[in-house]
Amino acid sequence: DAAKRILGVLICRNYKGDVDMAEIDHFLPLLLQQEEEGLLSPAITRGNVHFLWIKHSNLYLVATTNKNSNAALVYAFLYKLVEVFTEYFKELEEESIQDNFVVVYELLDELMDFGFPQTTDSKILQEYITQEGNKLEVAKSKVPTTVTNAVSWRSEGIKYKKNEVFIDVIESINVLVNANGSVMSSDIVGSIKLKTMLSGMPELRLGLNDRVLFTLTGRDKGKSVAMEDVKFHQCVRLSRFENDRTISFIPPDGESELMSYRINTHVKPLIWIESVIERFSHSRVEIMVKAKGQFKKQSVANNVEIKVPVPSDADSPKFKTSTGHAKYVPEKNLVVWTIKSFPGGKEFLMRAHFGLPSVENDEKEAKPPITVKFEIPYFTVSGIQVRYMKIIEKSGYQALPWVRYITQSGDYQLRTNS
Amino acid sequence: MTDSKYFTTNKKGEIFELKAELNNEKKEKRKEAVKKVIAAMTVGKDVSSLFPDVVNCMQTDNLELKKLVYLYLMNYAKSQPDMAIMAVNSFVKDCEDPNPLIRALAVRTMGCIRVDKITEYLCEPLRKCLKDEDPYVRKTAAVCVAKLHDINAQMVEDQGFLDSLRDLIADSNPMVVANAVAALSEISESHPNSNLLDLNPQNINKLLTALNECTEWGQIFILDCLSNYNPKDEREAQSICERVTPRLSHANSAVVLSAVKVLMKFLELLPKDSDYYGTLLKKLSPPLVTLLSGEPEVQYVALRNINLIVQKRPEILKQEIKVFFVKYNDPIYVKLEKLDIMIRLASQANIAQVLAELKEYATEVDVDFVRKAVRAIGRCAIKVEQSAERCVSTLLDLIQTKVNYVVQEAIVVIRDIFRKYPNKYESIIATLCENLDSLDEPDARAAMIWIVGEYAERIDNADELLESFLEGFHDESTQVQLTLLTAIVKLFLKKPSETQELVQQVLSLATQDSDNPDLRDRGYIYWRLLSTDPVTAKEVVLSEKPLISEETDLIEPTLLDELICHIGSLASVYHKPPNAFVEGSHGIHRKHLPIQHGSIDTGESPVSTGPTAALDQPQVIPSQGDLLGDLLNLDLGPPVNVPQVSSMQMGAVDLLGGGLDSLVSPKPCIFSVSQILKKVFVRVFWSQVLLRLHCFVFLCSFGVIPTTPLPIHTPLMPNQSIDISLPLSTIGPVMKMDPLNNLQVAVKNIIDVFYFSCLIPLNIFFVEDGKMERQVFLVTWKDIPNENELQYQIKECHLNADTVSGKLQNNNIFTIAKRNVEGQDMLYQSLKLTNGIWILAELRIQPGNPNYTLKIGASLFLSLQAYRPIDRSSVYKVVLEGCQT
Repeated sequence: DAAKRILGVLICRNYKGDVDMAEIDHFLPLLLQQEEEGLLSPAITRGNVHFLWIKHSNLYLVATTNKNSNAALVYAFLYKLVEVFTEYFKELEEESIQDNFVVVYELLDELMDFGFPQTTDSKILQEYITQEGNKLEVAKSKVPTTVTNAVSWRSEGIKYKKNEVFIDVIESINVLVNANGSVMSSDIVGSIKLKTMLSGMPELRLGLNDRVLFTLTGRDKGKSVAMEDVKFHQCVRLSRFENDRTISFIPPDGESELMSYRINTHVKPLIWIESVIERFSHSRVEIMVKAKGQFKKQSVANNVEIKVPVPSDADSPKFKTSTGHAKYVPEKNLVVWTIKSFPGGKEFLMRAHFGLPSVENDEKEAKPPITVKFEIPYFTVSGIQVRYMKIIEKSGYQALPWVRYITQSGDYQLRTNS
Repeated sequence: MTDSKYFTTNKKGEIFELKAELNNEKKEKRKEAVKKVIAAMTVGKDVSSLFPDVVNCMQTDNLELKKLVYLYLMNYAKSQPDMAIMAVNSFVKDCEDPNPLIRALAVRTMGCIRVDKITEYLCEPLRKCLKDEDPYVRKTAAVCVAKLHDINAQMVEDQGFLDSLRDLIADSNPMVVANAVAALSEISESHPNSNLLDLNPQNINKLLTALNECTEWGQIFILDCLSNYNPKDEREAQSICERVTPRLSHANSAVVLSAVKVLMKFLELLPKDSDYYGTLLKKLSPPLVTLLSGEPEVQYVALRNINLIVQKRPEILKQEIKVFFVKYNDPIYVKLEKLDIMIRLASQANIAQVLAELKEYATEVDVDFVRKAVRAIGRCAIKVEQSAERCVSTLLDLIQTKVNYVVQEAIVVIRDIFRKYPNKYESIIATLCENLDSLDEPDARAAMIWIVGEYAERIDNADELLESFLEGFHDESTQVQLTLLTAIVKLFLKKPSETQELVQQVLSLATQDSDNPDLRDRGYIYWRLLSTDPVTAKEVVLSEKPLISEETDLIEPTLLDELICHIGSLASVYHKPPNAFVEGSHGIHRKHLPIQHGSIDTGESPVSTGPTAALDQPQVIPSQGDLLGDLLNLDLGPPVNVPQVSSMQMGAVDLLGGGLDSLVSPKPCIFSVSQILKKVFVRVFWSQVLLRLHCFVFLCSFGVIPTTPLPIHTPLMPNQSIDISLPLSTIGPVMKMDPLNNLQVAVKNIIDVFYFSCLIPLNIFFVEDGKMERQVFLVTWKDIPNENELQYQIKECHLNADTVSGKLQNNNIFTIAKRNVEGQDMLYQSLKLTNGIWILAELRIQPGNPNYTLKIGASLFLSLQAYRPIDRSSVYKVVLEGCQT
């Protein structure tokens, strides 16, 4: 973390002065060379300078160092930069950096000092670094005490007329299915997101049907969920959770991800795909895809998208679907079959026919898997439930928690035989 | 209106215009001008000539303008050191400003003006800021100390700023503590005092308290700092671990990895049989797995670290192989790392799944990934013996795909499978030979040639195959040429009648038509070998080779331990110690894992003779098979060929004879014993060109190793020999040898590793305190069950009992008692080996009869079952033979 340079030639900030500013000029050529050789790596070395980079849309965010820096910290920080800039400028792109370069410099000063990340909470930063910099405001000339407080994520004196907190429980299913139909790996990554609209400094406690907690308190384990691993927002008291599994915290204002969890239990893939892709060399490809909803009849999967790979030299597509519609996306070599609403227990079919040129390219083609996208509202596949959300604030107001559940596809891949 | 307009100023006379604007009367105009200057600076234009004009704008109550001017200062102060002085006053003044934001801004910028001259002016303002009432200013001042230290370390120390920083560790504000820790850690990297932070239990406690309250980044600084602490005992280690463990649930992956580092280090101090140790291991696995749901770069760092963790403590992730299965959309660097970890975790339990995956990967399109997948299949075969057959058939399937690079990679790994399981899968050679023509990579060609040579007797047209390679001999790479030479020599030795011409051809190609010194040398070696003594040549070239080991790419243990101390850092990503890639870090302490207190350091004592020490070491338990045969075939009659003090020529004779043996392996001769020092000296004769010797490794049943490096400092010439005395001790690795007194030696020089073995006279392992108490002897002797005794005859020994007794005593075989029964002398004797094993014997001597009867019994201190009587007799036999001259 000798020097952090952001956006290469766009804008740089040298925090330590131990890496020559001109070094960055070597970054892009090196990167392109690696890319060509197929040996791309997130850490590139040239001499004694190391470039640690991430890419955001068409921008590279590069940190340079000549020390044995904490690489995990560097990448976490670079992603944090993206987050902060995105919250400031909506889009992080070349234009937004140029349009706001004064604020960007100010932010870079506040985010990191001498290679040490400092305040990276954009909500707090927005209290004293604003885009309306042309006018000198009173608010801007004072450091909010929050910056150095133990509660560094929430300011004092927040007021709402109506005190509410919205809780979203979102579960993503990751599935990897082998070509012969056996599930190689599957897990659930859940996330609990808050939209907090609460006055003052409220103390919150979230109750889940957590198996470890139920075991500790001697409750019936039947309806509980075993979370393999849990990750919390900075605001949650980790030692408390470690001790008695209580999730207690003073929430950040507005939207935030309170926690995420991972569940290892083997889940039946909610949408099961069977596919036959037959390739008749020099003439055609026949594709048959059967999709089956393996979830409760009462539930409905929305916006289902099934993406089926086709050879890059395929042409003249013809489709037949029992529901929804299929579309050929030649630039991605895909057929996308969209089903707006897919009730549980139902089965649908799609057939596609493509022509193949008589002179085929003999280059070996990649074998992308079939991928599926969907979301099923009002339902979590793990059965996790918010049992309560206790909200205590010293002013004694009553606040309402609202809970919403949704299950969606994560990394959902089914390998094909073709 | 946006800032982008500042980037679009006209080119001509730009600087001049800016200068005018900077000196404009209107504040707003000046600010606009400074923005234009910064914009120009951002796109890389040199605006340093505007320095005085910009600095003039410094005195302003406009915070935004001040920030911009400071930014400009940081950029150009170094190139305009004289003018930078102009800014000093402003800094001093700003450090007194009622607004903490301005005080902090000043102190932050001050440290970034890397001009030696002005730093001394900054000490007083900094001192004030370190004691500022506002934590925002204090935390900024803490970092400023590190900045100044980077510019002028001596001044920072003289001014007492390091002490001020240490005081800040006790600050009431967590952010101040975190920054003070970060600054001190940074300084200590280049500071001779490694314990700059003064890590003691009180300070550790403060850090652990701050850990719960500071920002995620602060937590990382504190955890990284904690990992450098050495707890005084396991109790302290456990209590720190308990307070660090909750960090594993932090959303920031860098916090998690730093916590993992602390835990991995302190695990070393926890007793392995404690409950807590087991619990902690279990807690480490889920967070490591979760890191793989992060962004690809975070996954990459995680995987590189998991690769280390899996080597250090395989038990943590052994159940988690599935999470390392490769996804289609993983970036290539993630795919390759996952593959590596899959192999490390492959075991009999999961091999079927792993193989199915690898086969899938081998049909992908990314060439590097596919190659690695094929290689991985080979590594599975070598690692999990039960899977070898399945792996081989998978590889054959892949060869059938005829995808060129897949075939070539498969052939390379099949060669290694042959080296691990010789004579097991040669039925597939025919299939391999079908692909001969498509091999265009040196690795694959060399592998195929090696296979043909090694199995020449089973391949009907081996000569044709090898001959086909010979045609373009000079176009081949050195690797292929060398392999081809060896393969044809092997072929010749196996089928001499039909291949004489071929071997002539290759030898002349290698020796006469080649410039390559290695190739020529090897060619000449074979040539002379073959012309001197074909029988010996066959023994040498076709002798059995040691099998290749399971894991070839493990990180060397001391490096692994060092890298574990650097989890999360670049060192852990590169798998290189920091001093390998950080300039000027050579004088810095290398990190090592904490050592458990109270563990016995055996490295000090030269010889461990006590029974307890002996029990700690693995006992040498020779197997019966061959040894038994050896013994029974041996004539126990008058000894002739036993190395003695006087018979040291034995080794030399062989060597000076200039026979084939001396060409291929150096031979040593152990000749003298100093029993008083409990050291054994070895004299070695070399006749081989050894050049510079790198290392010298001994393997033997008694753990003999040299205690000093081989003292050969100048290259040896051909046929030059040298005597070396080498102090030895018996603290080395113990490996059962056959026969028991065999000593295997490996000598490495830049060319190769040379192996040889020789017999050590066993009596040098008999220790002087081998005289057993009479009473103990009696009891022990009686307690030995019959099946553990052995009796046999020693023939043609014309010595009387007293002479025998005396000679044996000189060799530390002690006579405990002597009696005369029916005209026969009965000698009761004991001896003790350096590894603590006792051997008891009864020697019956009939006057006038040259044949003795020897009865041997087992030791008091060993498992009698494990120690077979036959082995003891071999011990004794060697002794007697050695003593009877």
